[in-house]
Amino acid sequence: MRGLRPVLLAAIVLMTAACSNMQPWVKPYERDKLADPIMAWDRDAISSGYLDHIREAREGSRGATGSAGGGCGCN
Amino acid sequence: MKVAAVQRILGRVAAVVTLLLIRATCADVLPDDRADLFYSKYSGGGMDITGESAAVNKKFTENIAAQVNYFVDHVSGASIDVLSQASQIRDERIQKSGTLEFVHDKTTYTASYTGSVERDYRSDTASIAMKQDMFGDLTTLSMAFANSVDKVGENNGTAFVPLITWLGHAQSRSYDIDWSQILTKNLIAGVNFNVITDNGYLANPYRSIRYLDPGTPKGYSLGSQVYPDTRTSTAIQGELKYFLPYRAAITGSFRYFRDTWSIVGKTFEVDYTHPISNVWILEGRFRYYTQNHADFYSDLFQYADEYRFEGRDQDLAAQDNYTIGAKATYAFLPNGWKMFKRATVTFDASRITFHYKDFTDIKDYGLPQYQPGSEPLYQFNATVYQIYMSMFF
Repeated sequence: MRGLRPVLLAAIVLMTAACSNMQPWVKPYERDKLADPIMAWDRDAISSGYLDHIREAREGSRGATGSAGGGCGCN
Repeated sequence: MKVAAVQRILGRVAAVVTLLLIRATCADVLPDDRADLFYSKYSGGGMDITGESAAVNKKFTENIAAQVNYFVDHVSGASIDVLSQASQIRDERIQKSGTLEFVHDKTTYTASYTGSVERDYRSDTASIAMKQDMFGDLTTLSMAFANSVDKVGENNGTAFVPLITWLGHAQSRSYDIDWSQILTKNLIAGVNFNVITDNGYLANPYRSIRYLDPGTPKGYSLGSQVYPDTRTSTAIQGELKYFLPYRAAITGSFRYFRDTWSIVGKTFEVDYTHPISNVWILEGRFRYYTQNHADFYSDLFQYADEYRFEGRDQDLAAQDNYTIGAKATYAFLPNGWKMFKRATVTFDASRITFHYKDFTDIKDYGLPQYQPGSEPLYQFNATVYQIYMSMFF
């Protein structure tokens, strides 16, 4: 449980600071490259969800990949 | 770490953060309307699985959108476990999901339901999520909670005349915190943190343990797996994505996983994305995964009921695997057609090589060739093909 506390604390601090007047160090007009579709974390959610399902049925690890599926993949 | 304590504290934090999110101000945008048709084929380890899916994402207003997804898996063949003890299988899994999204200023709220049905397995998952843009949109923070209830059964009949025995239920609760951060004009970072707690019937009924039994022709016998009825896992993934000096992107990620069954898994992945004009997007990726075995796993127990918990599921064995994948996306209808503004078609192929370090290949060799425990280590290759079309409207 102790391992979780720093992460949760950081999340709360970030949330409470959400409406501050902090100035972004990368201005909106400087984000053209970041807006390119090739910079999306996950362009195809169905495809990546399917690959995650295949892996979770064959590996002991799970989670923290940003997608999830149902079923057991038992056989 | 006690499950009840984790759930209690995470529940309180989620409540506090929910209140904080509700008061946040500023404006987010829902994704474009799109429809997807998807086909996949998995072949490997004696199994063939084909999947078909259709999904529609539709905005009803600037603030509300809905997604529906229908997915069917057809499974045939049998894995190494089934080959060593049972007849082949033929099954189908149907998964339906629906999602509602609501945007208020800079906050996106999501609620979804997924139902998955097989002859011998049923799963219902409800989830809620919140996403918040902040710090001049440099930071995006998301939180999600999912609750799954599964009904686990076993087919004691044949592939064509099933006889299902329901063995029990399993409940799973998943907690996610995801953080995405713009670092420079060319670099973004992400951190994904996930905790999952399970309780109930967690074993795979189609897999068996084996133990030394000198009186038998093979020198061993098979028995039922007995898993702990609780499991808590923690996973954290860090990733960086960089826009190269020319128009291309490279992504690197690392995930660390551990659970109360003493499994520690590490995943490394790199991905290179290269567009050609505005027509093609080509992508290549490499993934490496390694894990140690669960503390109650053994390839060969010394005698029946040696320990309170016993498992010989290949997912629990020490293993590593490599994936090499490639994807090509072709954009067409640049000027639109009827109701569609544009469309893409994507072909994706992956090759996965699995190596097990303490899980042996005990399929039927005919006459006994090996002393129990000296069989060759199991390994296999799998290929995964996906083709899908996305139409934006």
